[in-house]
Amino acid sequence: MNDQSLAVEMRGVTKQFPGVLANNKVDLGVRRGEIHALVGENGAGKSTLMNILYGLVHADSGEVLINGKAAHIAGPRDAIGLGIGMVHQHFMLIPVFSVGENIMLGREPVTGPGFYDHARARTAITELTRRYGLALDPDARMGDLPVGLQQRAEIVKVLYRGADILILDEPTGVLTPQESKELFGVLRDLVKSGKTIIFISHKLKEVLEISDRITVMRRGKVVGHLITKDTNEEAIATLMVGRAVLLRVDKAPAKPGGVALEVENLTANSDQSVPALKGASFVLHYGEILGIAGVEGNGQSELMEVLAGTRRATGGQVLLAGRDITTMDANTERDAGVAFIPEDRRGTGLVLSFSIAENSILGRERTPTFSWRHFVLNLIAIRNWALKLVKEFDIRTPSIDVAVRNLSGGNQQKVIVAREIGSNPKVLLAAQPTRGVDIGAIEFIHRQIVRERDNGAAVLLVSAELDEVRSLSDRIAVMYEGRIVSIEPPDTPEERLGLLMTGGGAREGAA
Amino acid sequence: MSALTDILHLLLTANLWQATLAAAVLLLLPALGGTISERSGVVNIAMEGMMLTGAFFGVVADLAWHNPWLATGVAMLAGALMATIHAVVSIQFRADQIVSGIAINIAAVGLTVFLLNRIYGLQDVGHVGASNLLPNINVPGFDQIPFFGKVLFQQNVIVYVALVLLVLTHLVLFRTRLGLRIRAVGEHPQAADTAGINVFAIRYGAVITSGLLSGLSGAFLAIGISNTFVPNMTDGRGYIALAAMIFGKWTPFGAFVACLIFGLGQAIYDNNSIIHVSQYLLSMLPYVLTLIVLAGLVGRSTPPAADGLPYVPGSE
Repeated sequence: MNDQSLAVEMRGVTKQFPGVLANNKVDLGVRRGEIHALVGENGAGKSTLMNILYGLVHADSGEVLINGKAAHIAGPRDAIGLGIGMVHQHFMLIPVFSVGENIMLGREPVTGPGFYDHARARTAITELTRRYGLALDPDARMGDLPVGLQQRAEIVKVLYRGADILILDEPTGVLTPQESKELFGVLRDLVKSGKTIIFISHKLKEVLEISDRITVMRRGKVVGHLITKDTNEEAIATLMVGRAVLLRVDKAPAKPGGVALEVENLTANSDQSVPALKGASFVLHYGEILGIAGVEGNGQSELMEVLAGTRRATGGQVLLAGRDITTMDANTERDAGVAFIPEDRRGTGLVLSFSIAENSILGRERTPTFSWRHFVLNLIAIRNWALKLVKEFDIRTPSIDVAVRNLSGGNQQKVIVAREIGSNPKVLLAAQPTRGVDIGAIEFIHRQIVRERDNGAAVLLVSAELDEVRSLSDRIAVMYEGRIVSIEPPDTPEERLGLLMTGGGAREGAA
Repeated sequence: MSALTDILHLLLTANLWQATLAAAVLLLLPALGGTISERSGVVNIAMEGMMLTGAFFGVVADLAWHNPWLATGVAMLAGALMATIHAVVSIQFRADQIVSGIAINIAAVGLTVFLLNRIYGLQDVGHVGASNLLPNINVPGFDQIPFFGKVLFQQNVIVYVALVLLVLTHLVLFRTRLGLRIRAVGEHPQAADTAGINVFAIRYGAVITSGLLSGLSGAFLAIGISNTFVPNMTDGRGYIALAAMIFGKWTPFGAFVACLIFGLGQAIYDNNSIIHVSQYLLSMLPYVLTLIVLAGLVGRSTPPAADGLPYVPGSE
């Protein structure tokens, strides 16, 4: 009865959390030596299922078979013993430890009365990295490494524990396109050397590129088992969301108007007080979406913050319809018609413990609409406003008094988008507007941004997702090392953008 | 002017430095305990209470059994028991660790005074006989070295023990597998858990160790330096140890340097009769220094990343 070709088999796994049935009789079969993609929206139960397989969460019922044998996995230690390794979405790495210490943790070589054996640790790592072609310096401090190398360390850590079955939870979420490519190469090599890989993702392109078979989950249930070569993006998306989803952004050609923002030679420092923005110049018109493409950390965040008034420029000039707004603070900028969707939703965009109603007026609490003489809040107006936004922006919540902490990521983002677009801005600054948001919500947010453009607003978009930049923008500005190195049309091939983003092939006379 | 020359005079006497080392050790033991506890991610400000409890039960045991070694063991157990309460409350029940620590410190004052009255009547504990105190040991051969012999080798037995524990704590924390795991749990408990390390066991062990060390310090205070128990006799030393831990940036030797500075202050304070600086000003010194450290004026002092955060398995 037991299928010997299956490395992992989960049968009828059910897990109830307070208020949610995270896994409802889930069946999963992963063949030995394949890359099996597990896809679904946030909250579909993918992570819970994998946490059960890794022993971090215990199922209420159902069984798990590893290599055809019933397995009882009470904790990560059992999972490791069964040859299961997990690379978590949020890295399980300790920044202040060395790469070697991070990899060894839990299975450290020792000498004498328990002394940590540096020499043997180094030998073990060197041997592993050579065998799988994953170069890493065991003595480097983990926190100093770029994200791509940190992830590599996570993979080596899992391999060091002798894993044959690797679970990768959203591994490309933090990677640049180049790093993702490298990762896929590594995964293919691992499969060649006999490993089995479970790849969790909601990026359908990647899933189609890397996997052999696909299991789709929705609301705690498995809704489809697919063979990758026989399916396509639309089919998977429909299964994931439960309805047909528009993956392409549907928009009419832009009708650009006059100049909204004029950015001249703008410079600013990063949080670490080193120059991050090194003389960026561009022009943004009303009625257009200008997308900024770039590898994260090339000054995009600083640019948006300077424009929004939350970071001080060290030089250069910003003109809003001819008026100098370079040194304005966030409050004055709002009054001038600039709205800002910040990239850090939970840290900057929302006050998590505040209700939807309270969050919906943040930054506008002193306007006459919502207060009496800047002083006493007009609660009735605020409630009506919040109710209107919830309806208009399809924010899924039982009431407007719910703390935004309790909303899903997509709905949290909708609260911000609703607040910012709802203020009828002249200029909309959107930084990573759909990061970590479900497909359904992405589609919705994209439509809202395009609608703003059609209403005549000037939209500046920053996104780490090249696809998003290409499909939303009317023009693409490529940013590299704190400067705009080129302005490109939206149909520019991905390869060319990738090259520009990493400092190659720039045209003279940008902007 | 005269105060300055008085202090300079004092600084040249071996007696002062002998007293400095003893006072430093009194702070060092709980500071080491706090360092271990916080390295594992459990904020511990309860050293004061654990020390006081240790001091009380040390005296009670010594008066009953006339054996300072047994009494020291009892003192350590008493400290460990208080630490266990802190551990259960903050690890198991994920309560606020500062609040738990304050509660233990306040409860310790009440508990010891209550039991004092209960057992001995109105605060008349009696005194431990000289033969039942923790002994001073002069290391033969070394104790006659001029100046340093008196400072380093004519000390209470606990001073030697503490210096061994200092080196041991450093080695364990930074050179052993156990230490790596303790620090991993304090930096990133999820990472440690997924690596197969038992986060709760490590944290319990670390907090209880801090109780053992604080209790030992309490015994040193009550039946080593003194010979009786008086209410609230720790007099804020547990808090100064906490300051030393922060001053020392959560490292054993760093804490030791801080303890020496604070111990020197204490020794000068105790020799106040021959100098003319206000004792109240002197007693402020450790806290003023701590504020300076916390303000980042002597380099940043960064606690372990998960210090004070309860661990919820399966969370991210």
